[in-house]
Amino acid sequence: MTTLTDQPLEEHIAQWRGYVRRRQALHGPDVEELEGHLRDQLAALTDAGLSGDEAFLVAVKRMGSLDALSREFARAHSERLWKQLVMTADADRSANTAHTETLVVLGLAVAAALAAKVPAVFGVQLSPDEELPPFYFRNASLFVLPLLTVYFAWKRGLDVVSGFWLVLPFAAGAVFANIYPFRPWGDTEMLTALHLPIALWLAVGFAYVRGRWFADGGRMNFVRFSGELFIYYVLIALGGGILTAFTFMMFGAIDINAAWFVGPWLLPCGAAAAVIIASWLVEAKQSVIENMAPVLTRLFTPLFTVLLLAFLATMAWTGSPINVRREVLIGFDLLLVVVVGLVLYAASARDPQAPPDLFDGLQLLLVICALVVDGVALAAIAARISEFGFTPNRVAALGENLILLVNLAGSAWFYARFLRRRGSFAALERWQMAYLPVYGVWAALVVVVFPLVFGYR
Amino acid sequence: MDMGKDLVAASATPLVLAILAEGDSYGYAIIKRVAELSGGHLQWTDGMLYPVLHRLERQGYVAAKWSAAENGRKRKYYRITKEGRAQLAAQRQQWKAVDGALRGIWMQACTV
Repeated sequence: MTTLTDQPLEEHIAQWRGYVRRRQALHGPDVEELEGHLRDQLAALTDAGLSGDEAFLVAVKRMGSLDALSREFARAHSERLWKQLVMTADADRSANTAHTETLVVLGLAVAAALAAKVPAVFGVQLSPDEELPPFYFRNASLFVLPLLTVYFAWKRGLDVVSGFWLVLPFAAGAVFANIYPFRPWGDTEMLTALHLPIALWLAVGFAYVRGRWFADGGRMNFVRFSGELFIYYVLIALGGGILTAFTFMMFGAIDINAAWFVGPWLLPCGAAAAVIIASWLVEAKQSVIENMAPVLTRLFTPLFTVLLLAFLATMAWTGSPINVRREVLIGFDLLLVVVVGLVLYAASARDPQAPPDLFDGLQLLLVICALVVDGVALAAIAARISEFGFTPNRVAALGENLILLVNLAGSAWFYARFLRRRGSFAALERWQMAYLPVYGVWAALVVVVFPLVFGYR
Repeated sequence: MDMGKDLVAASATPLVLAILAEGDSYGYAIIKRVAELSGGHLQWTDGMLYPVLHRLERQGYVAAKWSAAENGRKRKYYRITKEGRAQLAAQRQQWKAVDGALRGIWMQACTV
């Protein structure tokens, strides 16, 4: 067998291998097999008297077009077109780190599950027959988020000083969730339960971006992560629901009521551990699978725009005013949350350099519709706010409404400039990113100040 | 001779199986054997043999094994299995029928 010690030829082969490797349908061993074939062919051709370059040209030509080849490979291995989320070490990382990470994640997940049961040790029992103690509501985020922060601190190799600073928000959260003498099931207690996770999520984000909040698009990555985490968590929760249903059904079949297990154990422990597991899955899949949140955004932006337009048109046509009931304000808050989410995740998947297209116009239309609808609703509520009086819930809902309204007004401004080619898309993205801490700060404000101001009711 | 793509594809399975029935082999040698057998009329694009081999492997007609070649590199060798031999026999019957029918009509055309 002739040797292919010819240096340029080896470079040619390496280059060719690089091209072939990039094909999704062709896996490592296939490439190796094809390369073996190419080398056999080259050896035969150079034996026949061709020069190295000539032999290479002929051999590659005989191999056939890579497009046709990868199409045939894809037909022979159709499963390869479905990207698999496999938890094995890839070529870039040693098997050792992947193994360690699996252990760390499983450890943290178990810790989160146990943390959810810690209050039971101190006498705050969960029982299937009674309502959930408010203690659990207030502290739910404190069982999981610190562990999630530990995971990111470990994964990103956060230094000890930053790590120490990250303890502070969680400690403060634990203090403010528990020192106030809340009236059980009062408004302020529920507000704390709802807002503490939002405030602490900012601390998780700080660990996620490795303490560099302003660097390298870290905040946008955290936004992407949050969206994907939500989707994965919902999927895991659906699976958990099925598991729970089967638990009841099977033990019910032998006349044993599984409620004592499902309520106090399966649900809280599973819900806590699932946060860690879902985060790990999102981290692992980053580059493997298409992000889902932007896809949903593309799907629902037109639909929500149609909904808002139809609503405005109907209201204008019939002239019927918004019937201000208790839940109306919260309903419109949620609408704004959805619209902000649509804007945010559309921005997260967009190439900031690309010129404006139809979808950007649609986004602007959506934002303007949302502003108009919310303006109408706010006007209706403001007209009657004196009748309602200021309860903690209403002040919180009103504050959130204003925060989201300002965000959307800013977004509309930057979108309009961008569409008229007066500004860049990056400016819109910067606006959204700069706005992120506002949510956290407001949530912290609700947790810290509201109970005092409203007398713990 | 430019042979139709469908015919090349249809004949690939029996050819590969028949060559492997002669003895274990690997991709490059199979291609050379095909060219030899057809007197150069059957020109496959070299790469296309491998998806065929992988499909046969998946169907269980051939088995593959990586072992060291004489040039020191690893090489994937293919071996026909029992199912592969049964498949080869079945395909042989089918090709015989096609061959017989074509022969019949072309002989007639010659005699007329």
